[in-house]
Amino acid sequence: MRKMSAVNVAALVLGLAFLYIPIAVLVIYSFNASRLVAVWGGWSTRWYAELFNDAPLIDAAVTSLRVALASATAATILGTLAALALARFGRFRGRLPFAAMIYAPLVMPEVITGLSLLLLFVAIAVDRGFWTVAVAHTTMAMCFATVIVQSRLADFDTSLEEAAMDLGAPPLRTFVSVTLPLIVPAIVAAWMLAFALSLDDLVIASFTTGPGTTTLPIRIYSEVRLGVKPEMNAMCSIMVGVVGAAVIIASLFVKLTGSRGAAGR
Amino acid sequence: MKRRQPGSSWRRFAIGFPYAWLVAFFLAPFLIVLKISLSQTAIAQPPYTPVLDLAAGWRGVTDFFNGLSFENYGLLGSDPLYLLSYVKSIEIAAFSTLMLLVVGLPIAYAIARTPRRWQAIFVLLVALPFWTSLLIRIYSWMNILQREGPLNDLLMGLGIVKEPPAWLATDTAIYIGVVYSYLPFMVLPLYASLEKLDESLLEAAADLGCPRWKIFWLVTLPLSSSGILAGVLLCFIPIVGEFVIPDLLGGSQSPMIGQTIWTEFFGNKDWPAASAVAVVLVFLLVTPIVIYQHQAMRVAERD
Amino acid sequence: MTKRFGNTAVVDQLSLDVYEGEFFALLGPSGCGKTTLLRLIAGFVQPNAGHILLDGVDLAPVPPYRRPVNMMFQNYALFPHLTAEDNIAFGLKQDGLSRREIAIRVADMLALTRLEGFGTRKPHQLSGGQRQRVALARSLAKRPRVLLLDEPMAALDKKLRGETQFELMELQRKLGLTFIIVTHDQSEAMTVADRIAVMDRGHLMQVAPAAEIYERPNSRWVADFVGEINLFQGRLGDDGLSVEGTAAGNLHVATKAEAAPGAVVWVAVRPEKVRLSCEPPTPALPNCIAGAVVDIAYLGDVSVYKLRIRDGSIVQAAVANVGGSGSAFGFGEQVSLSWPAEAAIVLTH
Repeated sequence: MRKMSAVNVAALVLGLAFLYIPIAVLVIYSFNASRLVAVWGGWSTRWYAELFNDAPLIDAAVTSLRVALASATAATILGTLAALALARFGRFRGRLPFAAMIYAPLVMPEVITGLSLLLLFVAIAVDRGFWTVAVAHTTMAMCFATVIVQSRLADFDTSLEEAAMDLGAPPLRTFVSVTLPLIVPAIVAAWMLAFALSLDDLVIASFTTGPGTTTLPIRIYSEVRLGVKPEMNAMCSIMVGVVGAAVIIASLFVKLTGSRGAAGR
Repeated sequence: MKRRQPGSSWRRFAIGFPYAWLVAFFLAPFLIVLKISLSQTAIAQPPYTPVLDLAAGWRGVTDFFNGLSFENYGLLGSDPLYLLSYVKSIEIAAFSTLMLLVVGLPIAYAIARTPRRWQAIFVLLVALPFWTSLLIRIYSWMNILQREGPLNDLLMGLGIVKEPPAWLATDTAIYIGVVYSYLPFMVLPLYASLEKLDESLLEAAADLGCPRWKIFWLVTLPLSSSGILAGVLLCFIPIVGEFVIPDLLGGSQSPMIGQTIWTEFFGNKDWPAASAVAVVLVFLLVTPIVIYQHQAMRVAERD
Repeated sequence: MTKRFGNTAVVDQLSLDVYEGEFFALLGPSGCGKTTLLRLIAGFVQPNAGHILLDGVDLAPVPPYRRPVNMMFQNYALFPHLTAEDNIAFGLKQDGLSRREIAIRVADMLALTRLEGFGTRKPHQLSGGQRQRVALARSLAKRPRVLLLDEPMAALDKKLRGETQFELMELQRKLGLTFIIVTHDQSEAMTVADRIAVMDRGHLMQVAPAAEIYERPNSRWVADFVGEINLFQGRLGDDGLSVEGTAAGNLHVATKAEAAPGAVVWVAVRPEKVRLSCEPPTPALPNCIAGAVVDIAYLGDVSVYKLRIRDGSIVQAAVANVGGSGSAFGFGEQVSLSWPAEAAIVLTH
């Protein structure tokens, strides 16, 4: 039985408080009837109501969702293939540069990825807009998807795949009938992460978007860089709520289906 | 596999498709950045010259190469603005990584000490903020750090200060924002390696007479060095290139390198200069990664 | 066939023949290459050199999903997301059999492995022994030419292991298939197999039926690996039937040794062949020495004695406890050790 010292408990409580208080403040102020932060005007949902009248904001939200949907799906597919290549195909030719290209965007500052992609799009004279942002987000999210799926594949019991092949299933069939069903949780997690990353991204979207395609973060950023705005508090609170609920539901789901899908025995 | 078998076409697709994507959308763009860093600005669309005009044949290619120069890199060296930006970025990244380590280690350790059943929940709680937008979370600090904001209310209420100090547009605000945003990136790798720690090693140390703090210093820390290294790298490198945090929370006097690139690009429309800054930044950042990989390979070989 | 991992030849220029319908065992210590050999036959590992001939066809370039060979895995490798029936049917589906045919075959397999009624359960709902039988049924469903078994009973307790060994033997006899089993447990190999191949570090040491390996090992290594052995080093006498200068004096054997007179050889005697008595036996046996009991291991059915003889070396003797009151001899007792000439053989290396 592990014992937790008072220090440990304090660290945990303080740490979690530190992480959540700002968000709590944000949510509280979104209900502040008064426009000024210094004055507490009582509880009100007027800012939430105003959101619905803000057409450009709603447009931006819809655009963001569409981009996120497209890029998350593409990133998950590419990421799963890449994870498969790295985890199962051994030392193929060009593995080292492949791995380097997969992991580099993970730590590369976003201004650089954004900048480089914009320059590419300009060089090949492509109109920037929805698709360029989607491609950019796919590239960025692909790496995260690879990492998640690869770690699941590494834990995987390879004798299951060997058994399938021994029984007559060629590699593609083995992947579809045996590997895929068992790594579905990881794939779903990767999709969700890619979705969240795309929804949240400001820098890369700013670089790679074009006229007429405004994503939600871009819109929010242009509103808040000059100062706090109560409508933005409301918008952000909604986003926090939605994401929070989604993550909690997803984890419960994983917990309920997780242990039985484990490998081997 | 050297033998030609059916099913190898599946392998080639599985490797080839992502590979091609990455070459097209990761490698090629970077090469283009390199090329543009060697160009000059022009009032044109695109706003740089020379442009490779393949239609002009071989002449076009030679013209292209003649138009390249290292002028922009020279500019980086001569104008103190850039140098200051690099230094500032590395300085902020280094100090905040240190703070992240100091703040994150106790939290990660505490989670690792909770009963096993609860650990997943705590990990989730720490990771949850990460899923909400960085923009939103930094914006929430804008709320708090305002002159008339709750932080100052608290400080004045406790009598710690007489006048509300200005938090926004200072380096302090940047540090707060960075530590706040990157905490999950530090805590999770630390926790992962602390959790793998063999309890019996700690018990053995206790049995041999070590008090608790000594166990931590002599056994726990060295054995979780891989987690610490991962956390440090995962934080330091992206912090150097941060844009949103210094832009919203910091002042405009001494920008970080991310802001510099942004301003050069969108503000001054000087794409070549921005590219040059970016190239230098990449090389600055790649070095620790290469060292880390080298270390990781040596450790793996040792096992 | 040769297989190298890096610079080590895990399987080193090994040549082996397995007969049709045989229950063949690969026996050896860990790291000897027996599992690698099995995986080479299954197709999960490619040889660096050599051929795998089945009915004259070289299997080496054929991928595992095309070989008429099936494997039963050590950890069973049951697909956790499929029921027992679906597991068994998996290989049949790959062959494109009709639904009806698959259903019939699966039912046959369930009956064969006495799993009727458990077909709709998933692996996590089955006991260890039941999972093992599903794995067996799955690997037999396609009626492979050769069935490979990778330490199939490693996870079972002693009693279950014994039962399963007999079941496997019956199954193999009934179906007439060729089984190749890998095991590190010599008693298991000797129980189930028609012939055993003893391996050490990538090489075949001896390939023979169990009795021959046990009674006539071809080297000290095999003699020592399979069961316990007493070895006495000496020089071969002129007639080839006696060995001189051993720690136990001059010893006599019944089979002529294949070595030149004067060569350094070893006399090998199994502990159960050594007879212990209070007085030297009459009529006198050709091999007889005196010793003192220094250690007794009472195992219930036998007692294993360690005896120190004249020059200080230790000899092991295993005596069945027929008396009913524990070990026949006690600590420190002076006894006479003897064995007939037929009980020992000469080993030249």
